[in-house]
Amino acid sequence: MNRERSLRYRLVGIEVFAILLALLFLAPFYFVLVNSLKTLGEILVDAASLPEIYKFTNYSRVWDMIRFPTALRNSVVITAISVAGIVTISSMTAYRLVRRPTRFNNLLFLAFISSMIIPFQSVMLQLVRVTSILELRGDLLGIVVCYLGFGLALSVFLFHGFIKGVPLEIEEAAVMDGCSPYGVFWRIVFPLLKPIAVTVVILNTLWIWNDYLLPVLIIGSNKDLTTIPLAVTRFFGQYTKQWDLALAGLAMSVTPIVVLFLLLQKHIVEGITSGSVKG
Amino acid sequence: MTKRSGKSGEWLQQLVFVGPGLIAFSIIVLVPFLLGFYYSFTEWNGLDLNKAHWTGMDNLNRIFMRDDKFWAAFGFTLRFTAVTVLASNLLAFLLALMLTRALKTRNLLRTVFFVPNVIGGILLGYIWQFIFTKGFKTIGEMTGWSFFEQPWLGTAGTGFWGLVIVFVWQSAGYMMVIYIAALTGVPKDMLEAATIDGAGYWQSIRKVTLPLIMPAITVCLFLTISNAFKMFDLNLSLTKGGPGTSTQSLAYNIYAEALVNNRYGLGTAKAMLFFLAVSLIAVTQVWLTKRKEVEA
Repeated sequence: MNRERSLRYRLVGIEVFAILLALLFLAPFYFVLVNSLKTLGEILVDAASLPEIYKFTNYSRVWDMIRFPTALRNSVVITAISVAGIVTISSMTAYRLVRRPTRFNNLLFLAFISSMIIPFQSVMLQLVRVTSILELRGDLLGIVVCYLGFGLALSVFLFHGFIKGVPLEIEEAAVMDGCSPYGVFWRIVFPLLKPIAVTVVILNTLWIWNDYLLPVLIIGSNKDLTTIPLAVTRFFGQYTKQWDLALAGLAMSVTPIVVLFLLLQKHIVEGITSGSVKG
Repeated sequence: MTKRSGKSGEWLQQLVFVGPGLIAFSIIVLVPFLLGFYYSFTEWNGLDLNKAHWTGMDNLNRIFMRDDKFWAAFGFTLRFTAVTVLASNLLAFLLALMLTRALKTRNLLRTVFFVPNVIGGILLGYIWQFIFTKGFKTIGEMTGWSFFEQPWLGTAGTGFWGLVIVFVWQSAGYMMVIYIAALTGVPKDMLEAATIDGAGYWQSIRKVTLPLIMPAITVCLFLTISNAFKMFDLNLSLTKGGPGTSTQSLAYNIYAEALVNNRYGLGTAKAMLFFLAVSLIAVTQVWLTKRKEVEA
């Protein structure tokens, strides 16, 4: 009885400690939100207190200055097309690599896995050259192809591990019923891959959405394709120390992905877990 | 039913299933990577992408003999990796231990600790630039604690710790998720058996839990080491490598060499050395921790 009570106290203690830690974790977001609604003068005097007058004009000004709707649209389009492409292509590749382990295919799989260790900096300059020759720089197709190339390795790896567990009997039954090899994949196997496809979608969405350096190199000065990280960085270069505007810009820029996360958090956490144990 | 049999069908299938992936991977990763070995030995300026003069060992000589900034960045990156890997894994493990208990706010807290991960390094760097320069100043004035009143980001030392704080804040939640999954998989009866045998809390963690979650530790170490070693976005937006070049990471040094100084050849040579260092460290770590993995 006594022991049980002391255990309960300890649990309460842990809970209080964890909550305090969580508040500390959230403090940066508090600072951003609160100060994004103040005047610059008010921020400089006291960055911790609530605003005296809530000044929403910071938001409307930055909205136009960084052309937020364009940046948001570009980020959504680039991420969506790239991720859809990665899921399609890497699942097909992985399927073939599992079911036809020829020497070439095994070698290819090894190449995919080992390439995961290459830092982006080790290929970026040559990539600039290759993409200029192929006239892929500065347009949507170019950036999407780049994301396909970089996203494939991990995704093929994840699909590969999962497909190994898919029983061959189902496919054989489908072939007996007259299904073509492509039909077997799209109608029978692909629907079974849903759990790992969710993981692939999540991991790729997070990095592509937040990626900065690749868009700088490939999209470059094409203003019509500016993504959110590019827009924010350009803005910071021009308006250093204009914290009232900068914080409003930051707040609106982090909102889409945070909202998406809150909506999908169960899947995101599961995706990360199943993505990591395979490593 | 006509069955498409024989070699041509097999070839077509290989082409359809593997072709697109192989092509994208080749042009974007494989070919540029292999080209890197060539460009490392050239003088190649970014303005004239087509012309690269073969200069043999010049770049390597220059890096090894005269490039103090590169080696300073190397040292910075090693120190940064050592500190952040230790700190973020300890914090993540602690969070996971707490958040696998029967707390009422458990799910909410897991969400909170994970949030920084969904926001990219560029945006986080700008957010923290504000916290360090303005937020900390206000807190310092309110509390009088000298910790907050330092010239955050204004010196090499505070810049280093500033980057560490943000990196740990960002990555701990991700590792926490992995550790939570691993801790949930540890069989309860084994922990109970340890308690009956007289093991204390920390002792049973050390002797039972840790060996059983070794695969998760391998993964978390691998992820934190490679992320910390390759840190770039955060560096760019939080300190820009400054003051001076005192907080310049390796990735940032390569970026600056190529895209600011327009020395692509030298940049490529550095990038290939960077690749060698990353591989060496990552492979060694995985090899070392894999040996410690046991079966439950």
